[in-house]
Amino acid sequence: MATAQSEQVPATLPRAERPGMTDKQMLVNVRGLRFCHGDRCIFDGIDLDIQRGRITAIMGPSGTGKTTLLKLISGQLHADAGTVEVDGQTIQELSRDALYQLRIRMGMLFQSGALLTDLNVFENVAFPIREHAKLPESVLRKLVLIKLEAVGLRGAAALMPSQLSGGMARRVALARAIALDPMMIMYDEPFTGQDPISMGVLVSLIRQLNDASEMTSIIVSHDVTETTSIADYLYIIANGQIMAEGTPQEVAANESDWVRQFMQGEPDGPVHYHYPAQTLEQDLLQSVRH
Amino acid sequence: MLDSLARLGRVGLAMLASLGRAHLLLISILRGLPSMLVRPRLLLVQIYGVGVLSLLIIVVSGLFVGMVLGLQGYYVLSQFGAAESLGVMVAASLVRELGPVVTALLFAGRAGSALTAEIGLMKATEQLSGLEMMAVDPVKRVLTPRFFAGLISMPLLAALFSAIGVIGGWFVGVGLLGIDDGAFWGQMQNKIDFDEDLVNGVIKSLAFGLVVTWIALYEGYDATPTSAGVSRATTRTVVQSALAILGLDFILTALMFGG
Ligand SMILES: Nc1ncnc2c1ncn2[C@@H]1O[C@H](COP(=O)(O)OP(=O)(O)O)[C@@H](O)[C@H]1O
Ligand SMILES: [Mg+2]
Repeated sequence: MATAQSEQVPATLPRAERPGMTDKQMLVNVRGLRFCHGDRCIFDGIDLDIQRGRITAIMGPSGTGKTTLLKLISGQLHADAGTVEVDGQTIQELSRDALYQLRIRMGMLFQSGALLTDLNVFENVAFPIREHAKLPESVLRKLVLIKLEAVGLRGAAALMPSQLSGGMARRVALARAIALDPMMIMYDEPFTGQDPISMGVLVSLIRQLNDASEMTSIIVSHDVTETTSIADYLYIIANGQIMAEGTPQEVAANESDWVRQFMQGEPDGPVHYHYPAQTLEQDLLQSVRH
Repeated sequence: MLDSLARLGRVGLAMLASLGRAHLLLISILRGLPSMLVRPRLLLVQIYGVGVLSLLIIVVSGLFVGMVLGLQGYYVLSQFGAAESLGVMVAASLVRELGPVVTALLFAGRAGSALTAEIGLMKATEQLSGLEMMAVDPVKRVLTPRFFAGLISMPLLAALFSAIGVIGGWFVGVGLLGIDDGAFWGQMQNKIDFDEDLVNGVIKSLAFGLVVTWIALYEGYDATPTSAGVSRATTRTVVQSALAILGLDFILTALMFGG
């Protein structure tokens, strides 16, 4: 009876008031996160949860710190204040070895792909397997080909990274990121540079991977359409704050001008397209005077 | 006035911080030695890239430097009627000084700049972060084998440079200018001392190899991850290596032969 009740609690309540959501259901807990470059703070006290087995998207205008957030979650950067917990372990407190152990269970798809340029596609995908698992060559070969088949690039196994387009490189990087069947995968702008066909394939691939292997996915993106179509839960961040969160429907129904402007891609509104500056007239007048 | 003092202080602090980072990096590089020994292939590949591919420039330069030494040495020595000592002169200058120093300068230009550019570009294209995310330590995996490849290659290249140089000197002295073949080699065998000359030369080339490779790796690893940043780092590698080699050569020479 009690469980039935707690299951009915909507997932949109503020975190503290979500009795059904035990910490076990959350793979990542971010609390009071603060991160600054010099005196410019990218994040100033944000709270955020990533639920296990779901696709969570983090959206926001470019330059708001989405990539930075992924680097904080994976321990490549360290928070100035607050905590980041992944699978019950606090990232800041982990030793280097423990962090590496955790990273073996995390995959990350970099914005640029980050393939090793001196290895061909096959060896790039085989790289994490060779580093962390002792497999006979024949098994390894099958495994790599299966991963490449999943991203539709088995035929490209012998190519070098310089022979790939940006979109293809990103798909090879995806095959590499899932090579060790991680518990969680972080996608940094997976949709940029994909043509309509591979976009569709990629969207369903991310969904499939997530559902078939109970992986947890975090997608960071500014592509509103693709991202909302695939995500189970959305966070929208800007100016170091979380502006909105909820299921795609809830966020789409959000009343705030800010969120509506972002979701519908209107050029101006409460969010400014322009980086803060004096007026254009002032700038032009100054350059005349010089 | 106060402004320029403050700026001087900032520059000084930045330099000290950079020096500190360079030493920390060296320690992490050395820590990677055990894991590299388990996989010697990584080292071999780098010895090929750093050492074998530098062979041509070293051999050609060694030959010409030796030939010039032969000509100049003959001219000076024959004025004192000591042309037979040409072999000693050529061998001593090569083994003690020119071999290690010129090889190190060429090595910095050929291999050092390539190392900096490679590491810097790996950083700029997020390959190093990618390794980090695959739970592979980029220092151990990428820098350590390159460091030891430089350390091993440099003395070998310097020895080769000296050997080819002696042949160049012999070709000019004995072949062209008609010095007695037996005197050329005989005097060289008598006067060149194993400890005094050869060992000291090898110590020098080891020291230069360490410094050049260290500078090259640090500059690449510390580069600003943009194309301008990598280009600046590559230039810094060549300039700093050259200065370090010449300064260190003076200190080592003073220590070895000064007293
Ligand atoms: N090394 C750095 N020094 C100073 N500012 C930086 C540095 N790296 C990134 N930033 C700033 O951090 C902000 C967030 O960057 P990023 O996380 O890449 O944004 P996003 O991925 O959302 O486009 C940007 O505005 C950028 O200017
Ligand atoms: Mg980004």
